[in-house]
Amino acid sequence: MAESSPMRFIPPALRPLTWPLVALGLLLLFNVIFTPGYLHIGMVEGRVSGYLVDIFRDGAAVMLLAVGMTLVIATGGVDLSVGAIMAISAVLAASMVTPEWNEANLGAWTNTLMADHIGVWIAIILLVSLIASVLAGAWNGMLVSVFKIQPIIATLVLMVAGRGIAQLICSGRIFTYDVPGLEYIGKGTLFGLPFSLFIVAGVVLATYALTRATALGLMIESVGDNDVASRCSGVPVRNIRFLVYMVSGLCAGLAGLIESTNVSSANANQLGLYFELDAIFAVVVGGTALTGGRFFLGGSIIGALLLQTLTNTMYAQEVSPEIALIPKALVILAVCLLQSPAFRRRVLGVFGAGKPSKSRAKAGGAA
Amino acid sequence: MSESSTHPPLLLVRGVSKSFPGVRALDNVELTLRRGEVHALMGENGAGKSTLIKVLTGVYPHDGGTIEFDGRAISPASPRDAERAGISTVYQEVNLVPTLSVAENLCVGRFPTRGGLIRWGAARRRAETALERVGLKLRVGRQLDEYSLAIQQMVAIARALDAEAKLLILDEPTSSLDESEVDRLLELMDSLRSGGLAILFVTHFMGQVYRISDRITVLRNGAFVAESMAKDLPRFDLIGQMVGKDPEALRAREAEVRALHQKKAGGGTLARVNGLGKQGSVAPVGFEIGEGQTVGLGGLLGSGRTETARLIFGIDKADAGSLEIDGKAHRPGSPREAMALGIAMTPDDRKVNGIIPNLSVRDNIVLALQSKRGIWRRISPKAQRDLAAKYIASLNIKTSNAETPVGTLSGGNQQKVLLARWLAVNPRLFILDEPTRGIDVGAKGEIEHLVADLAEQGMSLVFISSELEEVARVSQRVVVLCDREQVGELEGEAISEHAILEMIARAGEKEEEGETGWKPVPLGDEERNERDGDG
Ligand SMILES: Nc1ncnc2c1ncn2[C@@H]1O[C@H](COP(=O)(O)OP(=O)(O)OP(=O)(O)O)[C@@H](O)[C@H]1O
Ligand SMILES: [Mg+2]
Repeated sequence: MAESSPMRFIPPALRPLTWPLVALGLLLLFNVIFTPGYLHIGMVEGRVSGYLVDIFRDGAAVMLLAVGMTLVIATGGVDLSVGAIMAISAVLAASMVTPEWNEANLGAWTNTLMADHIGVWIAIILLVSLIASVLAGAWNGMLVSVFKIQPIIATLVLMVAGRGIAQLICSGRIFTYDVPGLEYIGKGTLFGLPFSLFIVAGVVLATYALTRATALGLMIESVGDNDVASRCSGVPVRNIRFLVYMVSGLCAGLAGLIESTNVSSANANQLGLYFELDAIFAVVVGGTALTGGRFFLGGSIIGALLLQTLTNTMYAQEVSPEIALIPKALVILAVCLLQSPAFRRRVLGVFGAGKPSKSRAKAGGAA
Repeated sequence: MSESSTHPPLLLVRGVSKSFPGVRALDNVELTLRRGEVHALMGENGAGKSTLIKVLTGVYPHDGGTIEFDGRAISPASPRDAERAGISTVYQEVNLVPTLSVAENLCVGRFPTRGGLIRWGAARRRAETALERVGLKLRVGRQLDEYSLAIQQMVAIARALDAEAKLLILDEPTSSLDESEVDRLLELMDSLRSGGLAILFVTHFMGQVYRISDRITVLRNGAFVAESMAKDLPRFDLIGQMVGKDPEALRAREAEVRALHQKKAGGGTLARVNGLGKQGSVAPVGFEIGEGQTVGLGGLLGSGRTETARLIFGIDKADAGSLEIDGKAHRPGSPREAMALGIAMTPDDRKVNGIIPNLSVRDNIVLALQSKRGIWRRISPKAQRDLAAKYIASLNIKTSNAETPVGTLSGGNQQKVLLARWLAVNPRLFILDEPTRGIDVGAKGEIEHLVADLAEQGMSLVFISSELEEVARVSQRVVVLCDREQVGELEGEAISEHAILEMIARAGEKEEEGETGWKPVPLGDEERNERDGDG
């Protein structure tokens, strides 16, 4: 069966990425045909511009979320609170560049500091936002690993309460600001490319190194695949669970900063709304099973890009936002079906399953 | 063969093949089963026995050949399909839902209903009747995983018998049963056979094969070797057919193992178990473990052997007593803590506590060593490959390569991977809980040999096995447990299977007349499966 599959021409390391790459390719092809100048990349005022660059820029937040979400899902969990954590981090940053808020909450000295040393103040803001995000992740990690609450419920708590916390911070107001130094994160350009891309690249590379140059990746996969057996083999199951939720929190915090500084404001209710769903989708499309185990960071990034390409295609085709969700859902469904070995076997016939799906492998495990 | 003309065979398998990526698990296999016979299917680990059964029952599709059942060609698409056709199966690893109740497990897929609603009362009664047939009295409303693995295995058998079947398939049903339970099962098989049922029986226990089976079919490397009448096939010839080697070599090996274990002399004391116990699990036990000594834990199922091992290794935390190593008292609260003391353990329930099914053989082998070194000091890819290659070769693990997911290996080979995982950390004290479960005769000898070699190199071992004869063979000291209590200790010359059994029997007499055999054995502590922290 597998011997006759076209999969055998693909190097094993790339196999999990095959179907998302195929889908991405098809979608790009569609655009090349129907959107004039789709592949064109030009220079406008010293920055590279074009449809392709937009995909990367617009998809930065979801790509970041997908990185943290990949690790969480690999341990067999899920983090529904990333959208809310984005809001907390964004609102904190926006509040701290608002003089009235500083005066009321932190004291007048902060405004002096901001006026005299804006660079230092921005560094403090970033630190505060990111620390808050990591703490939010640690809270999830504690509920899941120490109190053994189901991840979906544990993170649901913060998904709901997190927006409340964000509202509380800014007293329900929407702060807009004009602080170029801060806005650089979401809007700036470096070597002609969006600065946010460098953040994404840095986080992806760092996470890759963190998981694959150490034994962390192996242990995460082992916890997701069989946590009881992992504990019996000396894997620090609790610490690893804790860690992945903290990483996810950190990624969400960064995503929140990018998303809000790009529009120079932070809306506690709207920012990052439903982003957790996009992130989960990106991870699953990228080949990491929701049941945990083996994970593929590269696949998750491709999944996120696929999603963004889809969204941008709708814009380019001027599909109205209400209708846009339907073709989006259809493409998502198609990718998921392509990923299912059972579907490929039944419908496509010739494309044998490259490797048994997780459930199948588990059934085989009963041998 | 002559009677096959008068009675057409019930099952005719001809030329069946099955390949997995990189493995030809079945190659032109044949099998003939007649009504009213018990037919043993024998072969080494990885010979293809379970795969053949899964092909017969529609778990896997087959690549070629024909299956004829009850006079017509069948190719079941799922186990339910096979069940409807009259083939009832107990798979090698217990295939029930641990979080459902016993009654639900027995009735899943065939609940008695009225107007679309489940009749719970009838389901309960039906479950009780089904259990009675295998001589089991359980509270059917309780969750299945409150009972021990042995009882779960009997429940699986009861479930298989409950269906209207013409053919019953049992894949290593006795691997976690102790003697009295095995007796009961074999008696049951005997009476079913008289009722005209055909039974296909897979086991690595030679004794059981010769006690119950009429015919024997042997597979080797996925291919059919021979079919013989059991009474015409001496034990050593059977082994020869299975391993494809001269049985004389095996006989010599066995003698060698015996000699190895006898000549061992005791060194100093490595560890002292001082009244280690836990409420609801096992009453305080105490014994000494010498350097290079093998201590056997003898007892029947549910006697507290595994529980004692779990306390020493910190899987469950003891609430009384201590473990003294190098003169210091410890009470390990997690396997990590026990590992830091130089302890290792292969668990009895490899599916739950042992293998990481979707990770590769290599990952599974390096896991414990890697945990011991810590997350940040990764073992280099080359060292990982070398380690895996070393153990695949030295333990003779049958796998297409080191990157194969361990869950696709045959049961016995999974067990060897677990042994490799712990040998890699080179422990001072190695606890082996049922290390030979599901392991073929050849490999069993190898493992006993390994135990002797390790002890010779100065490693101390705690050895647990349902086969008391094996415990007696490898141990220099045997701690005998009964009803979750230590009832005695045997040393040196005094050790024999008979002596262990006698000690258990005497302990049993002292207790007031209780029901013999079956009684529910709760796992001890509910949090066992939930506690996965490393605190
Ligand atoms: N799902 C699967 N994917 C890939 N290989 C498999 C799968 N199932 C079994 N195999 C391979 O097929 C061969 C036969 O395995 P099988 O489980 O049938 O052996 P077995 O005779 O039952 O051994 P044991 O006595 O150890 O249970 C082994 O080499 C095994 O690795
Ligand atoms: Mg088997």
